Amino acid sequence: MKKLISILFAGLLALPASVMAEDSSKPIVIPTHNWSSQVVMAYVIGGIFESMGNNVEYVPADSQAVYEAIRNGDVTISHEVWQSSFGKSFYNAMAKGGVIDAGTHAAMTLEEMGVPTWVIEKDLCPGLPNWEALKNCKEVFATPDSGGKGRWLEGPQSWHGDLMPVRVEALGLGDDYVVKFAGGADALWADLAAAKKEGRGTIIFNWTPNFTDAEGFTFIDFPEYTDGCRKADGGDGSCGSPKGWLKKAANYKFPKTHPAAYTAFSRMSFTTQDIGQMAALVDIDKMSHEDAAKSWLADHEDVWKPFTEAGM
Amino acid sequence: MVELFVKDKRLQLLGLIIIFFILCSIITPSEQNILWRFPALIAQLPILINEFVDYLMFEFMPIEIFDPEIEEYEEKPLFKEITRAIARGILFSIDLIREILLGGVKTIVTFTSWDFVSENKWAYWPALPWTVVSGIAIFIGYTLKGSSLAILVCFSSVYIAVFGQWEPAMETLSFVLIAAPISFLLGLGLGVLGYKNKNVEIALNPILNIAQTMPHFSYLVPVMVFFGVGDHAGAIATIIFATPPMVRLTILGLKNVPIEISEAGMMSGCSNFQLLFRVLIPSARRDILIGINQVIMQCLAMAVIASFIGAKGLGFNLLLALNQLRIGQALELGICIVLIAVSLDKLSLAWANKQKNYFANKSFFHRHKYILIIIFILILGSIVAYLGNFIFRDTYNYLYLIPHNKGITTENFWQAGVDWIWDTFFFKLKVFNEFLIISVLMPMKQAYLSMPIVATFVLVMGVGYIVGGIKSALIVGGFLLFIALTEWYDRALITAYMTTFGVIVSAIIGITVGSLCAQHQLSTKIILLVCDTFQTFPSFIYLIPVIMLFGVTDTSVLIAVIVYATIPATRYTVEGIRSVPESLHDAALMSGVNRIQRWLKIDLPLAFPHMMLGVNQTVVFALFMVIIGAMIGTDDLGQYILKALSDKNGTGNGLVLGLCVAFIGLAVDHLIRTWAAERKKILGL
Repeated sequence: MKKLISILFAGLLALPASVMAEDSSKPIVIPTHNWSSQVVMAYVIGGIFESMGNNVEYVPADSQAVYEAIRNGDVTISHEVWQSSFGKSFYNAMAKGGVIDAGTHAAMTLEEMGVPTWVIEKDLCPGLPNWEALKNCKEVFATPDSGGKGRWLEGPQSWHGDLMPVRVEALGLGDDYVVKFAGGADALWADLAAAKKEGRGTIIFNWTPNFTDAEGFTFIDFPEYTDGCRKADGGDGSCGSPKGWLKKAANYKFPKTHPAAYTAFSRMSFTTQDIGQMAALVDIDKMSHEDAAKSWLADHEDVWKPFTEAGM
Repeated sequence: MVELFVKDKRLQLLGLIIIFFILCSIITPSEQNILWRFPALIAQLPILINEFVDYLMFEFMPIEIFDPEIEEYEEKPLFKEITRAIARGILFSIDLIREILLGGVKTIVTFTSWDFVSENKWAYWPALPWTVVSGIAIFIGYTLKGSSLAILVCFSSVYIAVFGQWEPAMETLSFVLIAAPISFLLGLGLGVLGYKNKNVEIALNPILNIAQTMPHFSYLVPVMVFFGVGDHAGAIATIIFATPPMVRLTILGLKNVPIEISEAGMMSGCSNFQLLFRVLIPSARRDILIGINQVIMQCLAMAVIASFIGAKGLGFNLLLALNQLRIGQALELGICIVLIAVSLDKLSLAWANKQKNYFANKSFFHRHKYILIIIFILILGSIVAYLGNFIFRDTYNYLYLIPHNKGITTENFWQAGVDWIWDTFFFKLKVFNEFLIISVLMPMKQAYLSMPIVATFVLVMGVGYIVGGIKSALIVGGFLLFIALTEWYDRALITAYMTTFGVIVSAIIGITVGSLCAQHQLSTKIILLVCDTFQTFPSFIYLIPVIMLFGVTDTSVLIAVIVYATIPATRYTVEGIRSVPESLHDAALMSGVNRIQRWLKIDLPLAFPHMMLGVNQTVVFALFMVIIGAMIGTDDLGQYILKALSDKNGTGNGLVLGLCVAFIGLAVDHLIRTWAAERKKILGL
């Protein structure tokens, strides 16, 4: 009986909704993380939603924990899901249910170990960016606590677990190099800045598109990625990172509550160039994130207007 | 010989150390050797915790709830609905205050709907002009304590507004204005319960111990799972962090109320309620006031960490600034946090100290003086803000709301300062850094890691026995056993090594500086102010410059640890020495004691128990900072706690790792307290 009533109710209420199919006026919750391009893009996407008449709200969230929040409905979307850093958290949350894949950006991402370009220009380690060059210049990358070995400064362990230590061993660099996990992205940038001032070599984990692109950053060419070459997939781990995707995630209710906004969101696709521009407005021109988003939206209507137009 | 050994504790300690080293040398390091490392018998504990939490949150007692958003019935577990209801309540209060300060629609939405707000654009609550908020705050400061407090509040609010941090500052303020009173009331309530009922106190004690020594990072994940992300989650984590000192100080204060006072109250025919609120709590005022100070300091100390789980405001902007390596901007934000902390602290103290005025027969104006003045400020401020529209026609109306980051900034100045330090000291520091790492830190770390577990047990329990007999030996042994049975024992050793180093250096610096500053009234005041500042100044800010100078190394972590952990060592030394009775100094002077002798023979021994409590706090502070050091890059427990923030099994891992850290702290805490108590007895204090 209870079921019957609930079905009846659901049917009654579903009727007007399916006729109108209009976006709920409840705010769409967009997370902001602690790197510039993501925050600017949050405001850009928020601006696009607002231009469509939606209400938007921003909430600071941890970039890994956000998927659990999307699953629970505390956050509506995530617009920068990086394959190699967040792919695991994303798919974990998806497996538990409540998160949906809302399409992929045009931008290809690469997350890899690399060196600032001036290390190559100064020829501190001849042969770079080919990885084999590393064999002969461990002392260029040595630090006091690395025990005479060269140091790879990898991101926090939460990003890719033991991927890099496994790779160092698999490539036969284990006697010459150690992997040190940094505590966060800011530690990476601080080391990059310090290395530049000091003129010493440093191998750090980095990604593109990123604000470091402007200053010049060269990724090391490791043996090419093939399916199953990583240890987790059964390989020996002696391969580099794949060119990765940049996806968008959403709470499973989003398509139903905000059909128009969801359609626009699923059509959104930013290129490497777009993301670079957004980041540069903040990191190079020192604008605030909100202003950067406003200025980007004003200058690039041709890019984002098509996402919102009906008749898809 | 045997008799001597039983009596002389120093001899016992020597014997213990000899046994320890013998054990270290004869036990072979191998994973199979049970004398070397215990098997991880409770490795399943985090998984069990996760399963329990998952069950509670997602399966326990499902109730059918209609979801109007997707027009379907959904099964929702009862427990989740309860926690989310609490979360909504807190969020509503935060938003209410936030919108009074900054404007917005959410409060209106709560009573109507989003549709209503979207259709009626007039339904927007306007922000108060910053001049009005500042004016009211200055006025409150003036009425409570006169012009000195008014000047402080005025300086703080003008600083915040002029530097363009008004919006984030008000966001932080709104969440502190909810978290702090809740912590205060909760702490007071639990404290009173603990005072009235011995059983409650016994039950509270271990919970408080753990809550005070567990690093805040480790309960962020559970809070997030139970309450979601957002300002409410930040506020709840802050409440967990800020309540324990309040509970403790309330119990302490009430216990210290002389029995004569409460008897006098009873004789005058007080009801239970009256006795509590009119007699006991006012008499315990001094400790309760310290409690308020602690609550406010703790709340603002959490401002940055709370932003990990969604609190908006200064903390989040600070992390963002650091991520772009904009240290100058982060510094300005940090100063804003300190200014809010100091202003709130002084305001609340002044309010609590204010005597009630019992004059009757006042005129209408006199009775409603305050309200009238506030209304006057509101009208005046609004007029000024309205006029501002005409003055700043083309730019922002600086007399209404100064937008975020549109104020003046001294960023370049600070940045230049940081660059200067870099250019001047870098190469000298580099030599020092290399020396420290290669000759001190690496060998020390190795030494800790090469301790066989049995030897560690003998050492720790032996010290426990010497300090406090069998009971202490069993307590510290129990703490160690828990850590030894997890899979993170080696990590815990690394944490212990960094904490030891940090505590030794901090204690030396703190006791020296404290002793020197305690010699004069003025320097005492200054150093206490410095302590207050550094306690609320977000430690994250100096993480980045330290990384720039010392790289992603243990040195960087330890420097951050020492900066933070020196605070309690200094504070308690100053307080301890200042509390040495003046008459003793006079007596010493008459016996012809010089300054050094007085310090060594009188001040230090008498202040010793209090100073040991300072060292105790130093250990807790050092542990906290070692864990935050994970943000720089460590390979200890902290790295895993940070990782738990994004783990699938984050709740369980975070909690168990947090317990490991808490148990290290509690073991040391127990030893020091027992020892200090014994010294006190000997000194007859």
